[in-house]
Amino acid sequence: MKDLKGFINPNLTPGWESPETLNTWDKPGSRTPLIGAGNTDATVTEKVCRVIEGPPTIGWIIFFLISASALSLLGILVPYLIFTGVGVWGVNNPVGWGYAIVNFVFWVGIGHAGTLISAILFLFRQKWRTSINRAAEAMTIFAVICAGLFPGIHVGRVWFAYWMFPIPNQMELWPNFRSPLLWDVFAVGTYFTVSLLFWYMGMLPDLASVRDRAKEKIRKVAYSVLSLGWTGSNRQWHNYERAYLLLAALATPLVLSVHSVVSFDFAISQVPGWHSTIFPPYFVAGAIFSGFAMVMTLVVPARHLFGLKDVITMRHLENMNKIIMVTGMIVGYAYLVEFFIAWYSGNEVEKFTFLNRALGPYAWAYWIMVSCNVLTPQIFWFKKMRTNLKVMFIVSIFVNIGMWFERFVIVISSLANDYLPSAWDYYRPTIVDVGILIGSFGLFFTLFSLFCRFLPFVAMYEVKGVIAGQEHAERQEESAGSSTEEGASPATAMT
Amino acid sequence: MREQESSSGSSTLGRGTVLPLWFDQLLKLLATGGAVTGIYVVLLVFFGASPKTIASGYMPEQPIPYSHALHVGELGLDCRYCHTTVEKAAFAAIPPTQTCMNCHERVFPESPDLEPVRTSFATGLPVNWVKVHDLPDYVYFNHSAHVTRGISCVSCHGRIDRMVEVYQHEPLNMGWCLRCHRNPARNLRPVDRVTDLGWGLDRSEEEKDSQGREIMKGLGLLDTEGNPTERMTLLTNCSTCHR
Repeated sequence: MKDLKGFINPNLTPGWESPETLNTWDKPGSRTPLIGAGNTDATVTEKVCRVIEGPPTIGWIIFFLISASALSLLGILVPYLIFTGVGVWGVNNPVGWGYAIVNFVFWVGIGHAGTLISAILFLFRQKWRTSINRAAEAMTIFAVICAGLFPGIHVGRVWFAYWMFPIPNQMELWPNFRSPLLWDVFAVGTYFTVSLLFWYMGMLPDLASVRDRAKEKIRKVAYSVLSLGWTGSNRQWHNYERAYLLLAALATPLVLSVHSVVSFDFAISQVPGWHSTIFPPYFVAGAIFSGFAMVMTLVVPARHLFGLKDVITMRHLENMNKIIMVTGMIVGYAYLVEFFIAWYSGNEVEKFTFLNRALGPYAWAYWIMVSCNVLTPQIFWFKKMRTNLKVMFIVSIFVNIGMWFERFVIVISSLANDYLPSAWDYYRPTIVDVGILIGSFGLFFTLFSLFCRFLPFVAMYEVKGVIAGQEHAERQEESAGSSTEEGASPATAMT
Repeated sequence: MREQESSSGSSTLGRGTVLPLWFDQLLKLLATGGAVTGIYVVLLVFFGASPKTIASGYMPEQPIPYSHALHVGELGLDCRYCHTTVEKAAFAAIPPTQTCMNCHERVFPESPDLEPVRTSFATGLPVNWVKVHDLPDYVYFNHSAHVTRGISCVSCHGRIDRMVEVYQHEPLNMGWCLRCHRNPARNLRPVDRVTDLGWGLDRSEEEKDSQGREIMKGLGLLDTEGNPTERMTLLTNCSTCHR
């Protein structure tokens, strides 16, 4: 077994072990250390940088090749779609929004955790964000890239995709500014731009660290360009932290706005099951839920593979599991409220739609959704379970599946059985639909594995700040303990 | 103080950036170049791909050097003498050879330029005229709808009566159509003046506007107070032109 581990990751050099850190206990009056004991600034740099400095490990190569093969599926099927037409998909009347829109909403949702972790938790001074924010932000960028692919190919005539943007044109027509589909273009575009800037800016000091450690010429030049001449001077740090704070404040409302606008694509329309005011908060909670689950899916294997178990510790994972549980329950609450409102509104069509979801032809999808999203996260009530790596990994996979099915249920079941019973039909995806979904996962994992290989996986400089805080707190605790003893002795002497 | 971690191994290239000083100059050059290229590309697309550039002025060579300037401008033929269906149908008919031969059996019967007309007349095969004003297939333009409501031929085709060889005078793109569909007043004239290409061109813009608005009232596009009616919105309805 030990030999196998070395085979998968020979970079786990002796002297830099990363033992599993069980820092999930709470002691009243003191802060539990986030980073594993024995870590210093030097060990953190070493642990994070060796991931991208050594030769690629076998584990990484296998993962990359699988992802790239899935990506090649996308490379084959998207041109096939473009040259043949959207008839290769299962979309038709009445279900005109098939897998493409399901996948779009799914991927945009995944992209929510990154900015939540990096911006909102930053503003709330949640120090546990530091070890996972870089990976989560990278995941966000790649998920939004995957999401952006789908509206582009869904328009059918791809060469007219630019009609989505308000560009002056010979037709002298603008897109419909009253349409949420246009708001979507702005919301997702803004989100992508700000997330990318935030991610890249947050990486500058770490890129400079990698540059300083680089030994080959090409590597040195590449990271010099990427780090934009960062020297780590006092003035640079001062401006940098100001700018980071401002960008965080700028990114924070976007976390809420993007998926609200995505939900408007549905809520603004008249289709039963879509036309509902609960959609924006329900979608945002679902997005954070699925985003955290995806971070978990990526980070649990990565921390093992890259030997970062005492940098991304059990404490981080447990906190994420708590958020998964909370947002999972918000989503479950939304499912219930939808049923309540359907009954309370007295609207026959609305009532039918929700009964049809739970008992109709798509009941199988509905119950997959409910069991994955509402039931599985309940296991995290138990501390043993939310600190168990295997359990959290499996739950995160279930949540990913469940959240994909949530979008499937919303998009497909509402369209398949709406106001006109004579037009009802059962939607069946084609092999091309499934292939493009797998291909989008290929794109996502290929980009993520390249990120793991070439950019620092953990925000080193922020983790170092946490370590400094930890040491400071420990020293204070020690001195506080000794001072009470000292303080006690004169008191006893007095009496 | 947070400071950069020094490398654990000794680096032969040393600390800090390795980029030479001229790299800053290069960056400035690239930034300026990028900005200029960006502006250039935008202008190139805006003017180069404009329908005025790529569509107006199209003048294919015709099998017979038929001159509209001579027949219409000098001899005074009415458009409808040859394009007979223009008031009744969507398509303005290209005249059959028989129409030419009405005169050319006697006028210049030996002219070598008219050889294709005589061949066509003898064999019954039509002359291969080349279409000049060709709209995309997804646009349903109806000549009769325009001509019988007072839109003159000249609005879309230009001064055909002065063209020795016919060319496309207007860009005929969608924006150009919409500019008139949104406010047709200045292109409207009395229906009996529709084929009189030189008519009313000396009117001032204000005159064209006020006269056009009166015609629009007659067509029911404006109410008696001059406000647009429900009917007016049909002019910019998608399915009016795209079905």
